[in-house]
Amino acid sequence: MNLNRRLFMGGAAAAATLAAPMVHGATNGKPKVVVIGGGAGGATAARYIAKDSKGEINVTLVEPSRSYYTCFFSNLYMAGFRELGSIAHSYGTLASDFGVNVVHDWAVGIDREARTVTLAGGATLPYDRLILSPGIDFVDGAVQGWDVTHQNAMPHAFKAGSQSELLKAQIEAMPEGGTFAMVAPPNPFRCPPGPYERISMVAHILKDKNPTAKIIIADPKDKFSKMALFQEGWADNYPGMIDWIGADFGGGNVSVDPDAMTVTIDGEETKVDVCNVIPAMKAGRICELAGITDGNWAPVNPHTMQARMDENIHVLGDASQQGDMPKSAFAANSQAKVAAMAVRAALTGSKLFPAKFTNTCWSLIDTDNGVKVGASYEATDEKIAKVDGFISQTGEDDALRKATYEESIGWYAGITADMFG
Amino acid sequence: MGWIRNIILGVVAATCWGLPGLANELGDADKGAELFDECAACHSVGQGAENGVGPHLNGLFGRRAAEVDGFNYSAGLTRMGNDGLIWDFDLLDRYVENPKAFASDTRMAYGGLKDAAQRADLLAFLRRYSDDPANIPEAAPTAPGTDHSVDPTILAIQGDPEYGEYLSSECVSCHQLDGDYDGIPPIIGWPVDDFVVAMHAYKDKFRPHPVMQMMAGRLSNDEIAALAVYFKQVGQ
Ligand SMILES: Cc1cc2nc3c(=O)[nH]c(=O)nc-3n(C[C@H](O)[C@H](O)[C@H](O)COP(=O)(O)OP(=O)(O)OC[C@H]3O[C@@H](n4cnc5c(N)ncnc54)[C@H](O)[C@@H]3O)c2cc1C
Ligand code: HEC
Ligand code: HEC
Repeated sequence: MNLNRRLFMGGAAAAATLAAPMVHGATNGKPKVVVIGGGAGGATAARYIAKDSKGEINVTLVEPSRSYYTCFFSNLYMAGFRELGSIAHSYGTLASDFGVNVVHDWAVGIDREARTVTLAGGATLPYDRLILSPGIDFVDGAVQGWDVTHQNAMPHAFKAGSQSELLKAQIEAMPEGGTFAMVAPPNPFRCPPGPYERISMVAHILKDKNPTAKIIIADPKDKFSKMALFQEGWADNYPGMIDWIGADFGGGNVSVDPDAMTVTIDGEETKVDVCNVIPAMKAGRICELAGITDGNWAPVNPHTMQARMDENIHVLGDASQQGDMPKSAFAANSQAKVAAMAVRAALTGSKLFPAKFTNTCWSLIDTDNGVKVGASYEATDEKIAKVDGFISQTGEDDALRKATYEESIGWYAGITADMFG
Repeated sequence: MGWIRNIILGVVAATCWGLPGLANELGDADKGAELFDECAACHSVGQGAENGVGPHLNGLFGRRAAEVDGFNYSAGLTRMGNDGLIWDFDLLDRYVENPKAFASDTRMAYGGLKDAAQRADLLAFLRRYSDDPANIPEAAPTAPGTDHSVDPTILAIQGDPEYGEYLSSECVSCHQLDGDYDGIPPIIGWPVDDFVVAMHAYKDKFRPHPVMQMMAGRLSNDEIAALAVYFKQVGQ
């Protein structure tokens, strides 16, 4: 009884989606879905649509890189807990086992009228439904003195791979007693605990190799994700090493000079050895090109992840503006499944169940010292709304922290299998 | 029905049960001493007790699950201990009633003591070997004599595997479909009842894990049944 009622309600909410697009699908052979971006959102969506439609939908995934380096666990790589190879994933199984047509290219244009995507290589891909999961780009001019041309002198390492390698090498090459600076981003940004997990991992390296080194963080916020947990962890494990300068102390008033390697915080200039600049973020540029953004992000309908401005386009993950979920890989993966179901329902008439979302973000503070925060969500007409949540507590014992870390390793294996097959 | 009744009884019991001194009402410790024969092949308790097939049971009330040094516990009971499960009357009552329902992979090869009054006697006996007055932690105890098994009408629900497959997409970000164990336990191919019982153990919050309490907490009985059928099929 309960089941039926829920199905009925879900169906009603999505009835508008179900009706019209069936027609397009039927016109020329199999309906076509194009997915732009093979990350946490895009790879998952491509795999679920291909897998669950059992060949009824033609799925093309457009992604420039042959290897996707996960941002998640890239901080652990920097601190030597993972090999670089262990955070790299390729698209072979999506193609061979799930029949996804993987195209390694950049999408450079979207014609919403004609429903086509143009690739840098010149090809044009028609679609019935388009899924955008391009992740983030940086807001121009967000940090005075820095733009992406400075990313070698002052790496962001908020897209993983060569940037992560570079930052790791710079930290390891710091002179004895040197200074590591981070310019932290304003909200909203990908992975709210990410910068602070990074600080923990940098401190972990320095404690071992360069114990008199210093870490300063200029932060435009006056609080951050899991703040009490990180601050407790920093005081216990890295006493005296980390200086966090929040908004109240001028942390938002920052400029950098990548040539001189200086950081000026609230008028005070400091010479630094490594500077990790994490600028303000916005949806991957292709969203802007598609004309579906409002401000920095692409607003979506929480029931289906359809862009508010175009019902033939679904936006997932970091690029979307959906409500209460943080920008995380877990969230992108969760949203992808809801979108995949909605796309299948629209194109093949398969069953539509009510949308449900979850998130959990683990962070590592030091060896075997993991913490987590998570929540479950539902779709309301207005936004993805938080239902229930939990967070690790300060003062937890070693056994629990170790178990939490081990769990995160299990999650990594689980989600990457869920993304790439 | 069973669940609701338990909760109500639990509240009543908790309010009239405060003082440790009154806790003899728990059961008859002398009868319990005889019942300990059920356990003695594997456990010892009292002066000089040592680990055998099972861990020694001294200081059990208020002890963290899977805490005895040098004893090789199951992964499940160990995780629960890590998550902060402290043995109290209610939890011991549930574990002894049906060890496998409590911790799916428990190494305690014992079918369970189904008679609630006997369990109360046995636990009154074991309590003698726990520190007083900390022997009954404050976690609300259920009334002695409660049946904790999942209501048969819940177990009888026929799950819809298609719905289960959809719901499962939430689970497989953590639980791998091929059954690999890299830090999060595998859940494929389980007997349907065991799966349902385990999920209700989280929903009812006596298995302590916060992620799973949250996941199970928002699932209806039908949804749990659907997931159980689906994950069973995956394992075949
Ligand atoms: C240091 C760090 C730690 C993190 N830790 C965690 C964690 O522990 N847990 C967690 O859940 N999340 C974590 N995250 C966040 C997580 O990485 C992101 O939220 C997630 O990757 C978002 O998924 P997405 O699909 O939106 O974007 P991405 O995964 O970034 O994927 C976007 C893809 O789109 C491609 N692309 C972009 N533009 C185009 C175009 N025009 N044409 C074709 N392809 C294009 C890109 O090449 C990229 O592969 C972390 C992030 C960072 C930086
Ligand atoms: C066949 C052997 C066997 C019998 C019989 C047995 N147990 Fe156990 N018991 C074990 C083992 C093995 C464990 C460890 C379980 C695990 O690691 O999952 C255990 C664990 C326990 C624990 C948890 C202890 C801890 O440190 O967390 C309790 C409590 C317990 N048993 C009580 C009893 C009681 C009461 C009885 C009798 C009604 C009983 N057991 C009968 C083998 C047995
Ligand atoms: C965020 C990660 C995560 C998600 C999502 C998740 N689980 Fe779990 N699950 C865990 C962890 C960690 C454990 C171990 C908990 C413990 O120690 O009690 C677990 C334990 C379990 C167990 C008991 C396993 C055992 O050996 O006793 C079952 C059954 C289970 N989960 C089912 C599910 C189902 C069904 C879903 C989806 C509705 C789900 N889980 C979603 C992390 C997760």
